[in-house]
Amino acid sequence: MRLIGRRLAGAVPSLIGVLIVTFLLTRALPGDPAAYFAGPAATREAVEQIRVQLGLDQSLAHQFALYLRDLAKGDLGSSLSTGQPVLAEIRSRLPASLELTLCGLALALAVSIPLGVLAATRPGSWIDHLCRVLATAGVSLPTFFTGLLLAYVFYFLLGLAPSPLGRLDVAFSPPPAVTGFYLVDSLIAGDAELFRACAKQLVLPAVTLALFVMAPLMRMTRASMLGVLSSDFIRTARASGLPRATVLYRYALRNALLPVVTTLGMVFSFLLGSNVLVEKVFAWPGIGSYAIEALVASDYAPVQGFVLAMALLYVALNLLIDMLYGVIDPRAGIES
Amino acid sequence: MDTAAPLTSAATAAARPGWRETLAHVRYVATENPVTLGAFGLFLAFVALAILGPWLAPYDPLASDTARALQAPSARNWFGTDALGRDILSRIIVAARLDFGIAVSAVLASFLVGAALGSLAGFFGGWSDRLIGRLADTIMAFPLFVLAMGIVAALGNTVANIILATAIINLPFYIRVARAEVNVRRNAGYVDAARLAGNSDLRTLAVHVFPNVLPPMMVQISLNMGWAILNAAGLSFIGLGVRPPEAEWGIMVAEGATYIISGEWWVALFPGATLMLAVFCFNLLGDGLRDIMDPRMRT
Amino acid sequence: MDALPLLKVENLSLEFRTRSGTVRALENVSLEVGKGETVGIVGESGSGKSVLSFAVLRILDPAGRVTSGSIRFAGMDMLAAGEADLQEVRGREIAMIFQNPRTALNPIRRVGAQIEDVLRAHAATLREDLKRRVIETLARVRIPDPERRYAAYPFELSGGQCQRVMIALALACNPALLIADEPTTGLDVTTQAAIMQLVSELARERHMATILITHDLALASEHCDRIVVMHAGHVVETSPTRLLFERPCHPYTSRLIASTPTPEIAIESLASIPGNLPDLRRADLPSCRFYARCDRALDKCAAEPLPALSPGPGRRVHCFNPL
Repeated sequence: MRLIGRRLAGAVPSLIGVLIVTFLLTRALPGDPAAYFAGPAATREAVEQIRVQLGLDQSLAHQFALYLRDLAKGDLGSSLSTGQPVLAEIRSRLPASLELTLCGLALALAVSIPLGVLAATRPGSWIDHLCRVLATAGVSLPTFFTGLLLAYVFYFLLGLAPSPLGRLDVAFSPPPAVTGFYLVDSLIAGDAELFRACAKQLVLPAVTLALFVMAPLMRMTRASMLGVLSSDFIRTARASGLPRATVLYRYALRNALLPVVTTLGMVFSFLLGSNVLVEKVFAWPGIGSYAIEALVASDYAPVQGFVLAMALLYVALNLLIDMLYGVIDPRAGIES
Repeated sequence: MDTAAPLTSAATAAARPGWRETLAHVRYVATENPVTLGAFGLFLAFVALAILGPWLAPYDPLASDTARALQAPSARNWFGTDALGRDILSRIIVAARLDFGIAVSAVLASFLVGAALGSLAGFFGGWSDRLIGRLADTIMAFPLFVLAMGIVAALGNTVANIILATAIINLPFYIRVARAEVNVRRNAGYVDAARLAGNSDLRTLAVHVFPNVLPPMMVQISLNMGWAILNAAGLSFIGLGVRPPEAEWGIMVAEGATYIISGEWWVALFPGATLMLAVFCFNLLGDGLRDIMDPRMRT
Repeated sequence: MDALPLLKVENLSLEFRTRSGTVRALENVSLEVGKGETVGIVGESGSGKSVLSFAVLRILDPAGRVTSGSIRFAGMDMLAAGEADLQEVRGREIAMIFQNPRTALNPIRRVGAQIEDVLRAHAATLREDLKRRVIETLARVRIPDPERRYAAYPFELSGGQCQRVMIALALACNPALLIADEPTTGLDVTTQAAIMQLVSELARERHMATILITHDLALASEHCDRIVVMHAGHVVETSPTRLLFERPCHPYTSRLIASTPTPEIAIESLASIPGNLPDLRRADLPSCRFYARCDRALDKCAAEPLPALSPGPGRRVHCFNPL
């Protein structure tokens, strides 16, 4: 319990930093911030109204207090183009982004870890070299380009994948919303055909995401595994005559995965960033495409809301990773 | 047998290798690492492209000719033409200058500021270390691409702001490496010697410690360049920074995105492939440099 | 002592392929251990003592290769055996304990579970009995409060307790041979004595053969029936303990004895052995690898293959100019 408290406390400085930076970003606009938020079509009274509303005539400290108060109320402003409150739109679009990110991560893990383990147990083999090439090539791939290539090859050329136009083909209607994750909701609704349709739409975007983060994961797994395999306790395990599978998985891999978990923080940074690009390529209706559309329309409130939402999500994810690490490593509470 | 003497002479030799030894070492490494050599050659090719771009392009990158729109690669237009009839090859060549310019400026700015801050933090410790650490942590609390989007959106949609945003999100990278390297060397013999000779702390840091920190940072710079290019291209892809009709690899891919699904693959493929090649080249170079510096760290 | 040795290593040579050359780690090493015997292998660090034991268990680093010789354990040819047979022998017939006990145990697995893993691999034990047997084993190595320690992680135990756990792990299946590789390094003096006493007692109780690998000649003199002296990958002398100290035959052995601190000798008058171990990557090594450091060296020591002299019952020395 104490550890959880300590970790939560550790996240507070990050939280404060995020709030300060997002606040500055909403106020550091060149020229007149009020005019930006009021929009290009606003009258002078509207601009003044916004100015008072946002407290832009007050001191910076006062503005920050107002900003925090608005956040606490859930007021992230409204979108100029749709007129809808930003928070509501983000909330409705968040599950789409989350589903995509999590699927991409799951796919990446499912490929990188076995490959990393194989490469470590067969150093110098073709698998080892393949891993190293994939790892270097993977981080070189521009996510948006990979997505386009995959769409071109698998949709246009081979006709295997569905049209890259969103979460679900127009022929279907989405499952009744329970979690917001189409895959989960369609299973809950017991609709296997709908599940398959949702999954089909997910494949290309998830693979695109996975390709990018496979590289650091594979590299880390391989390096970590190599290190662990040459450690003293593995030698003891082998000298005790433990079967090879036990030594490899129960002894080596569990220890090797610890540094991989700590890498997940950086992996999520890449994932959330690439998410935006993938959403644009595949017309995925998540918060990334929301922000991109708003950018094009010079609509500022949604963009700032998006940055804040992503940052808070990232802080929460890092916290989860920290706690996960604390659970799987019994030594974690010992460090002062 | 006196084993003390060889150690000290080895130590002084390691602290300052002569240029002849360096050259011999480089030649040895070059033959051991053909891949790195290849990457370096490619790097030089790109640099040449960036410098000589406009003179190498066969056509005017901005000249549109709608009669020739969306033509597949041919003898006349090796990479085909885009939706406005512009020659894609020419645009790619010219875009090298812009992309490299953005990446180099961003990385340079990031490196100079980040290395300075990191060195200060590593050398003096205490509150400066904490403050600079907080700054780096705050930047890292955001998914970096998202932060770049936010910065460009807030400050305005210009190339200068792309450079600034990319520089800011790369700061923690350099701060951390510089801090670690300076920390390691802080108590080395030659640092004490410099201090005793009367140099102020700052001068010791700048003149004696920092030059020794440079080689490992070269590795980071090379790896970072690749990422900076990806970032800049990503931002352009979603419409930030570079505006049409400018030629930039990311924006060219964006322009080609709508056509790839209808089969005109060349509009997006060539710029994308070039982008990939450039980034790949920097990553290979960085890996190679790392192998040269410290074979222990080979991944 | 039985006539047939439990472990018989004959003319074993092995080398390691490394980036900077081939290291001839062992050359023509012969060793015998009888049932219930305690044999000490002593020598400086780098003499090949640990490598020899890794070779016996076939847990050498993949870069290591046996180039000649044989290893027979209870009649079984260890070098020709397949992995399945080796896994049966390891932990069950031959067990090993290592130095640095804390790093030799899985840091994120409870010690009880680690001992259970060994039991599960070798002894057909019912699941309900596993925990009981583990606690019994822990009690037998005199770990205080074994029920609680069963669920402990290695980092929660002291160095001495970790070593006891390792001994419990090694003895869980009642092996015929225990190899103890520097078991007391890293422990404080009182704990060292306690651990060695534990090992000796358990070996006596079970009529278990022991190989004690150590650089500490005094330790070996206290606990071993016979001592094998190694230098730079060679066995230089083999002898029953008392005779070795009364009348060492090999020049290296006498130097080693002279440099071992005892309560009588003042530290200033402690002798040291000049020089360092030769670089085992060199292709031009002399026949006797002690040649460069020996004050009784003859020309033929560098050129001709070493003899195997027998200066007394149960004694063997490989020297052209023994004491």
